Amino acid sequence: MATDPQQLDQSLGHDDVLAQARQWQDAGRGVAIATVVSTWGSSPRPVGSQLVVSDRQDMVGSVSGGCVEGAVVEAAQQVMQDGTPKLLDFGVTNSQAWEVGLACGGKIEVYVEKLETADEA
Amino acid sequence: MKRDLLDRLLAAKAAKQPAVLATRLNTGEQSLLTGGAATGELAVSPSIQSSANDTLRADKGRTVEADGGDIFLQPFNPPLRMAIIGAVHIAQVLAPMSDLTGYDVTVIDPRHGFASPDRFPHISVVDDWPDEALDALAPDSRTAIVTLTHDPKLDDPALERALRSDAFYIGSLGSKKTHAARLERLSRAGFGDADFARIHGPVGLAIGARSPAEIAVSIMAQVTQALREAPALAATAAAA
Repeated sequence: MATDPQQLDQSLGHDDVLAQARQWQDAGRGVAIATVVSTWGSSPRPVGSQLVVSDRQDMVGSVSGGCVEGAVVEAAQQVMQDGTPKLLDFGVTNSQAWEVGLACGGKIEVYVEKLETADEA
Repeated sequence: MKRDLLDRLLAAKAAKQPAVLATRLNTGEQSLLTGGAATGELAVSPSIQSSANDTLRADKGRTVEADGGDIFLQPFNPPLRMAIIGAVHIAQVLAPMSDLTGYDVTVIDPRHGFASPDRFPHISVVDDWPDEALDALAPDSRTAIVTLTHDPKLDDPALERALRSDAFYIGSLGSKKTHAARLERLSRAGFGDADFARIHGPVGLAIGARSPAEIAVSIMAQVTQALREAPALAATAAAA
């Protein structure tokens, strides 16, 4: 499901997930961009961390230590379809429930937006 | 995000220009702020512009309250840079490690056969003298400089240039004895205690590193500490 980092374009700079977003769109794929916009307590990735998702559920970058990426990829598919951005909240994992959350005990807010094509502008 | 805005943002990054992306979180309206001007559909007030400049200085995004809904400001600073003087064995590990850590790396060594692309795949290598090479590089407050040659002919001119720059980290390989002799030479060149305090020497955190790779780890750890911890400590001191 996730793209093997080895298969990413090596000509891109380190951690240049936005350049990857452009490449995927140029290759005809739907693309969404997820950004950590706020954090409380101990959170695995700082504000500004980004995850780019394609409509084939490829992903590059990260918004957590792997705890919530699955849920973000899922939400991103909806955002790509209807074009409406979403603000997602993730809190502490409740071990009694099967919900997605952060084992580290922090809270994060992730903004997910569609990358519009040049035609949509 | 509109494609046009992404193109502008990537162009600013390629040109190593600082940029801030402003997003109204409830509507998705965005503008890109570069060089004091805003492009996009989100109206940017002078107070938002000023907050945007703050995020660049802090190198940290944040959400600000605004009429019509909160605005998230995300700074995109030019990359951190690492200049390594001495294309030696430690540099062969430190250079790719710095690259992976997010630095634009330049390895400098005028000696024949040292700064060869074969020894440093995918890394920018320069065979100019360190003073000329650093003049060309124009180190700023997001640059780290590490000297690894032990050779005063190469290290000293680099350190003199480094001390006259705003580099956030200056490190110099060598034993305590070598370092004392180095400071003695720099003091004859007119540098003083305040300058010496900026030089990490012997270089690297004390983790008992032995191999070239372990020494590179200790240097990278110390550079990271200087980048992340020093500003935090300064902010704490200012608030107190």
